[in-house]
Amino acid sequence: MPTPYTKLVIEHFKNPHNVGEIENPDVKVTEGSPACGDMLTLYLKVDPVTHKITDIKFKSFGCASNIATGSIITDLVAGKTVEEALKITWKDAAEALGGLPPVKIHCSVLAADALHSAVEIYMEKEGLVKEKNPTKMETVFQKLTHVIDPNTGVDIVKSKIIKGVKIENGIIFIEVDLKENDQFAANVKEEILERLGYLWDIKEVKVSFSK
Amino acid sequence: MRVYFDNAASTRTDERVIEAMLPYFTEKYAIPTSQFSHSFGVEVSDAISLSRQTIASHVGASDAEEIIFTSSGTEANNLAIKGVAYANSNSGKHLITSQVEHLSVLESMRKLEQEGFEVTYLPVDSSGFIDIDKLKLSLRDDTILVSVQLANHETGTLQNFEEIANIVKGKGVLLHTDAAISYPYINISADRFPVDLMTISPHKFYGPKGIGILYVKKGTKITKLIDGGFNEFNIRAGSENVPGIVGAAKAVEIFDYKDVEKIHKLKGLLVRRIEQEISDVELNGSRNNALPQIANYTFSYIEGESVSLRLDFEGIAVTTGSACYSRNLQASYILIAMGKSHEQAHGSIRFSLSKYNTEEEINYTVDKLAEIVEDLRKLSPLGKE
Repeated sequence: MPTPYTKLVIEHFKNPHNVGEIENPDVKVTEGSPACGDMLTLYLKVDPVTHKITDIKFKSFGCASNIATGSIITDLVAGKTVEEALKITWKDAAEALGGLPPVKIHCSVLAADALHSAVEIYMEKEGLVKEKNPTKMETVFQKLTHVIDPNTGVDIVKSKIIKGVKIENGIIFIEVDLKENDQFAANVKEEILERLGYLWDIKEVKVSFSK
Repeated sequence: MRVYFDNAASTRTDERVIEAMLPYFTEKYAIPTSQFSHSFGVEVSDAISLSRQTIASHVGASDAEEIIFTSSGTEANNLAIKGVAYANSNSGKHLITSQVEHLSVLESMRKLEQEGFEVTYLPVDSSGFIDIDKLKLSLRDDTILVSVQLANHETGTLQNFEEIANIVKGKGVLLHTDAAISYPYINISADRFPVDLMTISPHKFYGPKGIGILYVKKGTKITKLIDGGFNEFNIRAGSENVPGIVGAAKAVEIFDYKDVEKIHKLKGLLVRRIEQEISDVELNGSRNNALPQIANYTFSYIEGESVSLRLDFEGIAVTTGSACYSRNLQASYILIAMGKSHEQAHGSIRFSLSKYNTEEEINYTVDKLAEIVEDLRKLSPLGKE
């Protein structure tokens, strides 16, 4: 049957590998949001001594290429060390699938982004990052660009719902321009904590809503 | 099993239509312009006149000359909107349409905006009904045309057209309706509804592709868009698509309202089974005022392209309003205009039926659909905790 997808993409889409959740993962990270069409959550378990990935699972709200890339990229990194995993790109995943239609590239980037975010978070958590720089405002904003504002479909920095950021004595204070009872408020908060909570010099992240 | 539920895109051509068309490829292949030179041309000219009359009488036209043949519904919409705007621009430069029209209407309007016309895009409510109060407020002294679809091609929502027509005609403004997806499923006739222009698309009701019809009420000022000869009463140049015209007339003539009842029953079965057997589904569009052949559903927590692709693996053809499916990666503008979230639009699936579908096909589809939805939900990070 002629489809824009390769046989391998279809196979991985039909029977994706490594689907599910991990209980007590070392890292759990979400990229994208249903508002922009694709969303992928990645769970990682890493051996504390060898830093090899012992278990990796994902869940996806997405199209065929998103699901297939999630499946293949989790296959590619299983058993690798976190440093090795960091080197795997969406291009490697797309090649391993025998190619993806150009219009679908953004869907496959998401899986690679999730992997890199998860590994970075792990490395920072475990003190594997060689140069320990103190967290600055720009680091915070850069990390926040990975959190999507479900009301607009763009990240919370671009959608200008970050009203204020303050770093004080190892605590990051973030003021979000959403109502406390906004249907997405809890979700946005959880994702902000996911992105900032692990930074080595940060003890706590406090998110407040004001509108 | 192969099941085709994309009849809102195009339908299977009826055998009787093909049979009627065939002689116009190999035996009667002249064009009517030659009627003054030879009898080959006369034969064809007669066939076209007869076709025009057949269509005129079925759509309630008072004169066969009110039927203009084009290459498609898209061309008919272009001709209606741009043709009327250009011909009437000395009376005003304001047009009104809705946010949920077919792209051929919206893009024609945008082109006119670039040329100095002003366009009001009426909003719709959560079921897709045009805001009537907004329509009343939008009509101005310099409004030259209102173009509103009879029903929506994605959700099937049927507008309160009589009310709209009375308001527009009460103000003496020209009214066009895009009935491409609705005619003849909905019995709209120019003599029952006060419309000035109406678009009809024969391949949506078992006729051939490559032919469109624009009803233009006598006396309506309209500018020719395709220049050349004097074909189609000097409104649209180009050699006539004779087999297409003959096929279109046949499709209009043989359309059977018993088939509409059949489709309506099939849709009833589809709707009942989906809503009873699959949780967290939402019907997009109006439940009671809708086309008999279209049902559009959002399946929560999952993305539409995945659903349509998995259905395709089982031989079932549907379409989705998901961004992942479209070339511009935008979710359905129609569902967004109805106030649905991007997430809801991404998870939408359109089922569109025809007289060739069967109960067995509906049952097979819902069986597979329930499995696929459950499967994809297991994969999804969203959902009920």
